[in-house]
Amino acid sequence: MAVRVQAGAFDPGAEVNAMHAANVGVGAVVSFVGYVRDFNDGLEVSGMLLEHYPGMTEKALGKIVVEAEQRWPLLKVEVLHRIGELEPGEPIVFVGVASAHRQAAFDACNFIMDYLKTRAPFWKKEQTGAGERWVEGKTSDSQAADRWDVR
Amino acid sequence: MTIKVVYFARYREAMGMDGEELAGTFATVEEVRQELLERGGNWSVLGDSNLMCARNQDLCKLNEPVADGDEVAFFPPVTGG
Repeated sequence: MAVRVQAGAFDPGAEVNAMHAANVGVGAVVSFVGYVRDFNDGLEVSGMLLEHYPGMTEKALGKIVVEAEQRWPLLKVEVLHRIGELEPGEPIVFVGVASAHRQAAFDACNFIMDYLKTRAPFWKKEQTGAGERWVEGKTSDSQAADRWDVR
Repeated sequence: MTIKVVYFARYREAMGMDGEELAGTFATVEEVRQELLERGGNWSVLGDSNLMCARNQDLCKLNEPVADGDEVAFFPPVTGG
């Protein structure tokens, strides 16, 4: 597994292909790509700044990946998150999960994104026509993460 | 004891600093927060009901114990992804 936190852009297609490279035991790859939108919460967004907590970011993402690997039989996991300045249309985050069968890959990818949204120390600041604003955390994200709690 | 306290995003801006060394006696993260809240003014953001915190770069609850040399972080709910 690998966790990357980087300012530079990435190519989602190349990341997906790399999930399968040189491992013919992989029967399923599920990926998620998150993009910067040009509109949020009633305002046009012209740019975004991604702040993070260096050190903890990598540690938190690593823990999420380890937990996913404990819950599902996974062959490869990649988490890539950008930091710094981004423009609408740019990819922010990539999560790739490879497994022998699809269900584990689907579920693990979903789980990793739900946990990343609520446990990884990133903060978005949007540039809008009405000035800059910090994006507020969503209750729906917390509820999405809670559904993975072991009951 | 001396600990390092760090702030992020909206809190970092409100306090005008990334972090600071803090000397005193703190049993828990909550006691650190209470000490900072006593400064009043912009520090009142630490009274947010949805505040998040971490000890030594692991998410924790406010009742987490604190030891000398620890790094304690306070930040608003995370919004990555």
